[in-house]
Amino acid sequence: MLSTSTSTLVFWFLTILIVASALAVVLLRNIVHSALFLILTFVGIAGIYILLNAEFLAAVQILVYAGAIAILVVFAVMLTRRGDISESNLFNKNYLAAGVLCLALFILNTFLIGQTFWTIKSGEPPLNNVGAIADAFLGRYVLPFEVAAVLLLVAMVGAILLARGVNQDQ
Amino acid sequence: MITLNHYLALGGMLFCIGLYGALAKKNAIAILMGIELMLNAVNINLVAFNHYLEPSKVVGQVFAIFVIVVAAAEVAVGLALVLNIYRRRLESNVDDFNWLKW
Repeated sequence: MLSTSTSTLVFWFLTILIVASALAVVLLRNIVHSALFLILTFVGIAGIYILLNAEFLAAVQILVYAGAIAILVVFAVMLTRRGDISESNLFNKNYLAAGVLCLALFILNTFLIGQTFWTIKSGEPPLNNVGAIADAFLGRYVLPFEVAAVLLLVAMVGAILLARGVNQDQ
Repeated sequence: MITLNHYLALGGMLFCIGLYGALAKKNAIAILMGIELMLNAVNINLVAFNHYLEPSKVVGQVFAIFVIVVAAAEVAVGLALVLNIYRRRLESNVDDFNWLKW
């Protein structure tokens, strides 16, 4: 457990890292740079999870997001490339309206967060994070767990079928 | 002192950045990146609620893992769709995906 001042410092460092790299994902004009900054954002979010005593989730975040999903995105970028790579990630014609909408949503959101009163509970987080999550998955949440497994299987079969393409002659 | 509100504001900011990316980009892969940012913002909120409102249980983390599972499935199918469309039309700009238009 970190001391309060250290965790404050780490929080602000990670927040600046996450927001700056997320902005870089959206604003850069080269989609390969966007994909690389996306990995940096995911790693920063894993740091936030460690700060919140969710070590298992941080490991899953690194494995699934910074590993698998980022590689998948880079692969898709490389396979769908024509023309100039430095002009590959441009804005469409309603970027101004989208910016106003997102800014308004952010201001409203922050205002409502400030207005809401949360009942903060102080309690000890479980010492064995992985064990507690395993108990939840194979105990109370066993049905959603199985459904998630079926969803992953279906998504995998669907992705293979879509990417490979159906042979029309057969 | 970092409170729950700080984490919620971080999640809200990340969500809005992701929403902007999803709404204002031409490239289909960039739109998928924006959706990934939004899902990550939701996960930050879930874990922060878990840590501050019910620290003795791991319900928020369990939900965050379900969100990660759905995000992985979504991005796999989405990128396969983009690849398939690119193979037919040699284009990954969503403004040109209009051959269902009247």
